[in-house]
Amino acid sequence: MGILERLNGGRWGVHPHDDHKRPAADTPLRVMPLPAKLCVPLLQHVGAPAKPVVAVGDSVLRGQLIAAAQGAVSAPVHAPSSGVVTAIGPVTAPHPSGLPFDAITITLDGEDRALEAAGVDDPLALEPAEVTRRIADAGIVGLGGATFPSAPKAQLGRKLEVQTLVINGGECEPYLSSDDSVMRHRADDVIDGVRILMHAVGARTALVGIEDNKPEAIAAMREAARAFAAIRICPVPARYPMGSDRQLVEVLTGKQVPAGARTASIGVLVNNVSTCAAIHRALRHGEALYRRIVTVNGGAVAAPGNVLAPVGVLVEDLLAFVGLKEAPARLVMGGPMMGLALPHAQVPTVKACGGVLALTAAEIARPAPSACIRCGSCVKACPMGLQPLEIAARVRAGDYDGAASLQLDDCLACGCCAYVCPSNLPLVQSFQHAKGTLWARAQQKKRNALTRELADARRERLERDARERAEAAAKRKAARAAQQASAAAPGGQEMPS
Amino acid sequence: MNMLASSALPSVAASPHAGQLGSVSHVMLKVMLALAPATACGFWYFGWPAFNLWLVTVLAALAGEALCLRLMAKPVVPTLLDGSALLTGWLLAVSLPPWAPWWLGVIGGLFATVIGKQVFGGIGCNLFNPAMVARVALLVSFPVVMTGWVAPIGLTGAQAPGWLESLQLTFGGSVPDAYTSASLLGQAKTELSRGVSLLQTFANGLPVSWSGMRPGSLGETAVLLIAAGGIAMMLMGLITWHIPVSMLLAIAIPAAIGHAVNPARYLDAGAHVLSGGAMLGAFFIATDYVTSPSSRGGQLVFGAGCGLLTWVIRTYGGYPEGVAFAVLLMNALTPVIDRAIKPRVYGRNWRGQPIAPRKEN
Amino acid sequence: MLVPVVILTLLGLMLGLMLGYAARVFAVEGNEVAAEIAAMMPGTNCGQCGLAGCGAAADALVAGAAPATVCPGGGAPLAQAIAAKLGLTLDLGGLADQGPKIAEVQEDICIGCARCLKGCPTDAIVGASKQIHGVLHQACTGCGACVTECPTGAIGLRPLPQTLQDWNWASPSFA
Repeated sequence: MGILERLNGGRWGVHPHDDHKRPAADTPLRVMPLPAKLCVPLLQHVGAPAKPVVAVGDSVLRGQLIAAAQGAVSAPVHAPSSGVVTAIGPVTAPHPSGLPFDAITITLDGEDRALEAAGVDDPLALEPAEVTRRIADAGIVGLGGATFPSAPKAQLGRKLEVQTLVINGGECEPYLSSDDSVMRHRADDVIDGVRILMHAVGARTALVGIEDNKPEAIAAMREAARAFAAIRICPVPARYPMGSDRQLVEVLTGKQVPAGARTASIGVLVNNVSTCAAIHRALRHGEALYRRIVTVNGGAVAAPGNVLAPVGVLVEDLLAFVGLKEAPARLVMGGPMMGLALPHAQVPTVKACGGVLALTAAEIARPAPSACIRCGSCVKACPMGLQPLEIAARVRAGDYDGAASLQLDDCLACGCCAYVCPSNLPLVQSFQHAKGTLWARAQQKKRNALTRELADARRERLERDARERAEAAAKRKAARAAQQASAAAPGGQEMPS
Repeated sequence: MNMLASSALPSVAASPHAGQLGSVSHVMLKVMLALAPATACGFWYFGWPAFNLWLVTVLAALAGEALCLRLMAKPVVPTLLDGSALLTGWLLAVSLPPWAPWWLGVIGGLFATVIGKQVFGGIGCNLFNPAMVARVALLVSFPVVMTGWVAPIGLTGAQAPGWLESLQLTFGGSVPDAYTSASLLGQAKTELSRGVSLLQTFANGLPVSWSGMRPGSLGETAVLLIAAGGIAMMLMGLITWHIPVSMLLAIAIPAAIGHAVNPARYLDAGAHVLSGGAMLGAFFIATDYVTSPSSRGGQLVFGAGCGLLTWVIRTYGGYPEGVAFAVLLMNALTPVIDRAIKPRVYGRNWRGQPIAPRKEN
Repeated sequence: MLVPVVILTLLGLMLGLMLGYAARVFAVEGNEVAAEIAAMMPGTNCGQCGLAGCGAAADALVAGAAPATVCPGGGAPLAQAIAAKLGLTLDLGGLADQGPKIAEVQEDICIGCARCLKGCPTDAIVGASKQIHGVLHQACTGCGACVTECPTGAIGLRPLPQTLQDWNWASPSFA
């Protein structure tokens, strides 16, 4: 940060003084030995949960489809290794609530027998629709954390005639280096995935944004992309949250994404580097997305580093593999800025899990909150240009609508405001709470509208039934009266006046 | 695996799971460090009485805060340790006449923290800058004492009172006439009101001073050290340039225009910026977090308002100095400014509506 | 003499016009608050509150004749919203431990009499006579009207299970 910029209060975001990425990022990639069991969740993506296609007792092979996509936005789930399905049902979700979600539990046989997989020699010769279909069949979702299924995203890009792909190699969260590891060790795969995705979307250029604190990754990716003029490797300043799609798009293209819209609305589609590597494996090798590189890091970890682990491995097993040197004070899935604190270690990883952190008490220590002194640090740090202090004041007073009027909706929950706050206020939690409350209110409103409609429909129906009954009764009565009248006056032609 | 016994994990918390580990007391400490050189210089110029007054004022401010916290049954020591009451007392002390009697500091210090701050709800809740509230209260209550300036005769000079003498000066009687002197702004106002033109009053040149060797408040004369402290605060990321620069420009520009039009009536920009606490106000008073806007645009407006009002009050008002009044008036406008001027939200225009998508092709 | 008279007359006229204008601009038609509260309620007129429908309950709330917790279907969230709207202090004592509920048919006891179908204000129970009935989660307001209809006690209210989607962070404690 230059002096002039400092006098101006700096730009958005924060510069974590120590990003804790090394030495974990520099250790060689390790492959995790197979654990005894895996719990593969059915909902690892935005959209409808996958529907199991296996039953308890079934034997499955590595790469075999075990749950199929349901609906337009969904993704299938595949078995990460061979074994027997021993349960289909709720397990604790990797979520601070400790609530359950459905998963398929596979007891592994350790043989790791694979399903016959068929790749394509030249995916670029396939029809774009066929490429998208294969991406969908491989269960690929956004691995940067957004978990939006990649196939519908590519379709949307094609429909909106997106010309530019932004490939997100930002990985701005401290501690994490799984994308870094993918770029360092599998740069060719990533670049090939980018080319396949460009073909599927119909994009003309791809901009790969990589934070400049990963020189090894930049060098490897430059080398891999040398032959392809359409793919540009763009080092970007290391500044959290550079890996947020909106921020990266602005830095790379100079354009902002309109509030509430997708990046595709300005002709840009953002995909993560790990997603691109997964697309490469799906198309060239026919391999579904059932394993990924996970960074296991944190002060409590004995041998931090990057681990190739199956999806659905329990955090417990993952930590046992890297070893713990002390009891962690907090387990986090994801990075320290936006990751979710885990209720305990018996939770499975998901496709989008790029890191598991075992943090010590010293690492998570924060002083008790004190009063807001309106210093404005949060305003300077907010990458969205919001006023966190004003929003928090409204949430604190229970004025959720007031908070919404300050564009709470645009909040990324990136945590920059809470990170810099000298009063250590729980800003992110108060925003999450307010968002949740507003969401619940909106849901209740919808529900009210539905029940009211149903009640009105029922009332109308009852009234109609009653009317019809009354009419029918009246008709019968009239008919009876007419009959009686005709019986009483057999020759009667005239009605009495 | 017993290291992962779920009982070992404390209750889950929301992200982020990292932080800068800053604190309010760190912030206050840095501001005090930035203010220290100018204050020390004030002690050097005005001698032991200035130090006595500073000490008394700071202690009174702390006592006022402690008293309120005790009455409200809030924790006393942790709140005092955040340093905000100390800083408030300090800022008030440096804006007082250096040889003012002890009771002025005591009344001011108590007024600042009790009426200026705790009545509003304590740190972060006050609408007005507590130090300036106290200064204005003292100015309207004790106008003679509050304008009893002395010439800087040094801490160790031949004429300077020794430490024992200084105690007598601060806690005993009044300042001997031999020491009193007029400030530039005060002299200009007095002479103008008698119909004497400025050209005549300052025929021997304006008594402006970069070094601070001039009559003035305890800690505002050493303008270079104040500016240095302000820039240090900017480099430490405590404040930005917006309020100081806009405030000083808003004093200097009208002053320069007025002076160019009628030098006999209007002081020049240098005289305005270098005296009467303009520098202290721009770097340390107007930049108070609690009472200034939080957005950069709002800060520009706020600073410009402070500067312009300062010049207007000095030039046309009844008091020779105007920084305190100007800052208080703009403090009252801060909520309005914060409401009206917000940073532009990403992906929205200034009015808060989503921007139109712009495709690349 | 004349000048003050004229001035006062003009002043009176002006203020009168201002008042008239204000009365027109800020006119309140009907009881808007009652209408707004009625809009917040489930609107099923289930009658569980003991009043004649949601409109009547809203009127009673505005009149102060009913507590904010009057509506069993709306539960704690509605009670809070109403209390905020009317500036009431809320005693959730009777509601505190009860989240939203929905009806559930115990299939082994249900005899398929279809009486509950007629009692449901939102047609949330599906089925036909001699067939086991089921409850549509989306449509059920948890009013409990069906519970009293069931001759075998096969219908009960059970709390809606909390899911990952509707879980929310608690409001944090500030300093």
